[in-house]
Amino acid sequence: MNGVGPTLAFYALAGVTLIAGGGVMASRNLLHAVLFLILSFVGIAGFFALLSAEFIAMAQVIIYVGAISVLVLFAVLLTPRAGRNNGETKMLAPAVLLAISLAAVFIFVITDTDWPTVATSPSLTASDLGEALLTTWVLPFELASVLLTAALVGAIMLVRTVEEEAEDALA
Amino acid sequence: MALTVLATNNWYDLRDLSNLSRVILEGVDRFAPHGIVYVLAPLIGFAASFLIFVLPSQLFVGVYGERKLIGRIQSRYGPNRVGPFGLLQPIADAIKLMQKEALTPWAADVAVMWIAPIVFVAPCVLLFAVIPFGPRMVFADIPTALLYFLAVSSLPVLAAFMAGWSANNKYSLFGAMRVVSMAVSYEVPLVLGLLGVVLFTGTLGLQDLIFWQKDNHIWLIAVQPVAFVLYFIGVSAELNRTPTDIAEAESEIVAGYLTEYSGMKWGLFYGMDIGYALAAAAFGSTVFLGGWSMFGLDRWVPPWMIIVGKTHLFYFTFLWTRATLPRLRIDQLMTFAWKFMLPVALANLFIVATERIIWTENGLSDNIVYLYAVVNIVLAVALLVGWSRFLGYRPERTPSKARLVYEVGGYVPVPVAPAKGEGRP
Repeated sequence: MNGVGPTLAFYALAGVTLIAGGGVMASRNLLHAVLFLILSFVGIAGFFALLSAEFIAMAQVIIYVGAISVLVLFAVLLTPRAGRNNGETKMLAPAVLLAISLAAVFIFVITDTDWPTVATSPSLTASDLGEALLTTWVLPFELASVLLTAALVGAIMLVRTVEEEAEDALA
Repeated sequence: MALTVLATNNWYDLRDLSNLSRVILEGVDRFAPHGIVYVLAPLIGFAASFLIFVLPSQLFVGVYGERKLIGRIQSRYGPNRVGPFGLLQPIADAIKLMQKEALTPWAADVAVMWIAPIVFVAPCVLLFAVIPFGPRMVFADIPTALLYFLAVSSLPVLAAFMAGWSANNKYSLFGAMRVVSMAVSYEVPLVLGLLGVVLFTGTLGLQDLIFWQKDNHIWLIAVQPVAFVLYFIGVSAELNRTPTDIAEAESEIVAGYLTEYSGMKWGLFYGMDIGYALAAAAFGSTVFLGGWSMFGLDRWVPPWMIIVGKTHLFYFTFLWTRATLPRLRIDQLMTFAWKFMLPVALANLFIVATERIIWTENGLSDNIVYLYAVVNIVLAVALLVGWSRFLGYRPERTPSKARLVYEVGGYVPVPVAPAKGEGRP
């Protein structure tokens, strides 16, 4: 990353993402936490765009900002006791422990990995990406879609009530 | 696909307005200190886009045309008091809105309530970055422009949700939930329809799509009619235009997520609704109606005039549906998205993939596009008519039982079969 523009953009995006991530932890209101999470997703999309991975940046915005966050909002709204101020919880100590161990793993991976750098960024188009997904990585790709379908069917089975079953039996 | 630039580089050639700004900037750069041009360039761009597109579209086509045309369609006069023919009505409205107090309920989440209009406005401005107004008049000619448009246009949903939730009002929250569920539902057939276009042309760039249509002398609305229908319905549902504006249905839930908004905070939502409709119209006319190209007419008429004209034509169809159709119920809309549009989109995708494979695997010439256009129009009519015949029902003049109860899919308690003559459920 050379030049003033990308460097400035990197630090601005890093600031936004980190502040948003901190906001997710610090905010006592669950909805605020979700909104901060969305902001950090947008920051990550900015990082992808900065790395000239446009397609992934767009996909990040469509999937994480457009779809997943909306589902999270729904989940939060439909959860009972997700009030405007729910800071106190008994699970504080285990959560802190889990976070510390996760951070330890991440730091270990980051310091241990030999990060390769290239002088010129490879120009990857969306069609290159699609070709790679459907030739070299076709098995993980298909497995992911099968997993998603299974999750879809499972979710539908979970939320169906007895009344709806009876109603469908009539139709 | 060679970039055929028709306009010359002379400043008086109005077919490409970038010439004029370039000449001005180069002239200024000759005597002004270094760096002034970087300040001047956005100012010129802002002034030009404001004078050519935003002001006439937003104020006179949007606010005035919307009211006056809808008034005429519905046998009313529309605004006719302020200025000649009521032409100054939008300006009077704007002044009134700015003077009004922007109230905030004391139980509201103040920060989120103030941020929501800003989050609503910003993506609308970003959307126009990828719309090509001419062969060289495009701000960001990125190769994944179509995906960019879809990504950015999914952001205002969040703003609507923030607005609805922050007001701390039941009806606002209802409206917000409706917006979100509608957007999630209609995004699926919309994207699948556009996927048909992408599959057929093999590109994600808007400028490339225009050149594809220009080179083949055909608009994509003829090649992909089902995709166009899906786009039109899906986008008007996402825009909350009237046949589908259940998010702010005033007969059901006061004003939806806008209930607690007033003054310019509400004005931003209202104005940007028109902005989003214009962006969707510009995108639709770029993808399906040839964009700035017009079968060789773009050689003589400035391309930016053609695309602005097409955008307003597309916008007129939004107005037309808005003025003509009554509002649908939320369950009808949901059913329509999932049971009608999604299977149609999948069938269209299957047809397009088959055609594309036949085209590329056999190395056929590009003239087969015309054959595909005929085939696709026939298939589209057959698909849409057949599927609606299969799913729908004719309205009964003398219904024998309460059919709607079953149709809405609501919970009908039928625990035991009622004895004969005991009445209907």
